[in-house]
Amino acid sequence: MIESTQSHSAPTPQALRIAKVQRIQDFLFYGITQFFALTVLIALLGIIISLISNAWPALSTFGIGFFFSQEWDVVQGQFGGLIAIYGTLATSIIALLIAVPLSFGIAVFLTELCPSSLRRPLGTAVELLAAVPSIIYGMFGLFIFAPLFAEYVQPALGGTLGQIPGLGILFSGAFNGIGILSAGLILAMMILPFIASVMRDVFEIVPPVLKESAYGIGCTTWEVVKNVVLPYTKAGVIGGVMLGLGRALGETMAVTFVIGNAHRLSPSLFSPGTSIASTLANEFGEAEAGNHLSSLFALGLALFIITFIVLALAKWMLNNMEKKQGLKT
Amino acid sequence: MDAQQYGEEAGLKNMSNFSNIDLSLFAKRKRANKIGLTLSMSAMVIGMIFLLWILGVLFFKGFAALDISLFTQSTPAPGSEGGGLANAILGSLMIVASCTFISTPIGVLAGLYLSEYGDRSKVASITRFVTDIMLSAPSIVIGLFVYALVVAQVRHFSGWAGTPALTLIAVPVVVRTTENMLRLVPGSLREAAYALGTPKWKVAFKISLRAAQSGVMTGILLALARVSGETAPLLFTALNNQFFSTNMNAPMANLPVVIFQFAMSPYDNWVDLAWGGALLITIAVLGFNILARVVFREKVQG
Repeated sequence: MIESTQSHSAPTPQALRIAKVQRIQDFLFYGITQFFALTVLIALLGIIISLISNAWPALSTFGIGFFFSQEWDVVQGQFGGLIAIYGTLATSIIALLIAVPLSFGIAVFLTELCPSSLRRPLGTAVELLAAVPSIIYGMFGLFIFAPLFAEYVQPALGGTLGQIPGLGILFSGAFNGIGILSAGLILAMMILPFIASVMRDVFEIVPPVLKESAYGIGCTTWEVVKNVVLPYTKAGVIGGVMLGLGRALGETMAVTFVIGNAHRLSPSLFSPGTSIASTLANEFGEAEAGNHLSSLFALGLALFIITFIVLALAKWMLNNMEKKQGLKT
Repeated sequence: MDAQQYGEEAGLKNMSNFSNIDLSLFAKRKRANKIGLTLSMSAMVIGMIFLLWILGVLFFKGFAALDISLFTQSTPAPGSEGGGLANAILGSLMIVASCTFISTPIGVLAGLYLSEYGDRSKVASITRFVTDIMLSAPSIVIGLFVYALVVAQVRHFSGWAGTPALTLIAVPVVVRTTENMLRLVPGSLREAAYALGTPKWKVAFKISLRAAQSGVMTGILLALARVSGETAPLLFTALNNQFFSTNMNAPMANLPVVIFQFAMSPYDNWVDLAWGGALLITIAVLGFNILARVVFREKVQG
């Protein structure tokens, strides 16, 4: 009797040993998993440091003017990033202008209009299409889209929008199918399923009670979407669009095939241009060490910073949305 | 006209209750609704047409290029006839396999940290944020990083350099899926184990991870799908090799880069091979994706 109470109050040496071992194991487990979690952070820091250190020679030679100069002369060794930065921004903006309304329509269709038997297969189809490798979009753009675009769409655009004074300059030039506008269109097709599936996910968050009460006072479907769903999911929708923008900015393959890869700054959207990613893809392999290589790193740095900011904003908005959601339920 | 008629009818029907109904407003709202919904429907149709068009072209051209020599012969020299993609297929398999072996343990352990310790820790929330950003970071910049880190140091392109480039893309996918799946494991399971005096690491490995097993598989499959189609980071790391080679320490042929080079080439048989290769990676990517869904769905039902 006395012995058993003693063993209760004071653990045996064996139990103490086991507890000690387990404490060490727990500590190791904590340390190891934290280390691997930190590798992602280390990788990010490594990327930034290595880009800056490799871009430094070019940035110190050309100064901050590097990002505003349109010189890109491999032979003379003069480099500036303006043309590539312009190409990246222009193609991404065109892609967003086309993809955002379309994917909004698709998301509305999938959440509000679609018969429920079709909802799942169509939703899955959109998600699967978001996974198709970008090089496929590039090949499609080069071999199928560009010839048709040059034969039918460009003359039509040139004949209509091209005649408007002021705006016309955007749609002038030779109809050869490849250029900034085609690259933007291919990009739009690529990010379309991506933005659509994010938007659909956000629309599904809207509590049914909200929608039902709007229907209950006699709102039409369109009014429910416009006055209930959209205001409720505003942050999420913008976040989704920004995620798509992040994808579009950094996209390499879909753009490289159709943008034409010419270092030329032209106001026309029909003329070939280049983007940061396509410049890297085309020139990096053959670049000589020195200013050329370093300038390419500087372009990569610019691209990384732009996409980082865009994606961080997107993530921040989507997280806020989730938090708001968490507070309400 | 139609809408107005309908509005009048509805107005008549409800005359007794709502004699002050504004018919023109009613018609306007109905019209706006119809226009909005038609636009939405046509967006869906346009989107589907474009995407089916792309896949249709890919399957049509890809299957035309598909035959047995695609799998048995190596990539042809410039100007020569025939040839296949055997070296590129093997190279892709080797690089993707070694990437999976490296990224799985890193990703799963990091995911364990985020789900088991990540609720209050500042480090975890920063890691989560950075992981989310790395998920969509431009892959070509990751290629630049690995070039500076590996290729510039050893002074030659190699299959081994392609591996870390793909790993950096795969790890965030595995981390985030693992974490989300571990969070689905009911807390009562963990608490029951803790009540028996189980140490934390045992709970994590033997309870949480085992319960989330198929979820973790889903993450690995999604990472595989993501990685097998990536081209940009391999351009300056693994490069390409015209010959059949299993040496990971030398430049290595791989499907995406071969497709890129062949599609841009002037030779017809190269372009055909590029379509064949494009079909192969699309089938692989979609296959992994569908498999991931099936694995996940089984888990949810079971």
